[in-house]
Amino acid sequence: MSLLGIFDISGSAMNAESMRLNVTASNLANADSVATTPQTAYKSRHPVFATQLREFGTNPNFDEPGVGVRVLDVIQSGAPANKRYQPDHPLADPTGYVYGSNVNPVEELTNMISASRSFQGNVEVMTTARELVLKTLTLGH
Amino acid sequence: MFDSLFGIHERALYAAADRISVLATNIANVDTPNYKARDYDFAAVLSGTSESDGLTLTRTHVGHLPLAAGGEASADLKYRIPYQPSLDGNTVEAPVEQAKFAENAVRYQTSLDFINRRIATLTTALTGQ
Repeated sequence: MSLLGIFDISGSAMNAESMRLNVTASNLANADSVATTPQTAYKSRHPVFATQLREFGTNPNFDEPGVGVRVLDVIQSGAPANKRYQPDHPLADPTGYVYGSNVNPVEELTNMISASRSFQGNVEVMTTARELVLKTLTLGH
Repeated sequence: MFDSLFGIHERALYAAADRISVLATNIANVDTPNYKARDYDFAAVLSGTSESDGLTLTRTHVGHLPLAAGGEASADLKYRIPYQPSLDGNTVEAPVEQAKFAENAVRYQTSLDFINRRIATLTTALTGQ
């Protein structure tokens, strides 16, 4: 029954969106982290979503259109580290520079709003599907 | 008699259930780059124009994958044309999908309700009360 498949689809999307929220939280938490070298400075991370293809052989109804989402990878931003001159900082390099993270708080906050909205959308879908399944179960009563 | 018991609503119920799955997939993939939103042409599915003589694929090699139970390609599943194309190649527009989803849920419940009332009618006739 295709209605029950919706729980898998929306569930995978909620999983992916919550991972996105998790990564955003990690980025925001490390927004003010500093390091001695640009290589060790915190780089903002972003999840990459991809359509989850159904494995062949798991479902006899192969042509069923419903597919979920998976997190393909978490990539690190290539933006340059935020270089600041702070000679009195304990982590400063010999020339007096510290390297802050390349996190853009505005970008992270908009990401957070988007992830939260998408999550809510999937919750709504799941709630509706649940109601419809329960109503179908009481058919004829 | 029982073939026409529920009229079009039996078929409408299946169509709506399939469509819910497609729309849920669209909403699930709202942030997936390059995902193309899909939808059924509901009227075409119901009128059966594309289902009765559905497209069948000839398998010329044993390694070819068989199609779904009916052996027909889902010709009614089309791609949605977005109002505002997005830069990442995703054509899902959340408000559009949510509206369609709500509409389809109502369609499903309507069909369910008609079937329920039909059953109630028959039960009344059978029990003679």
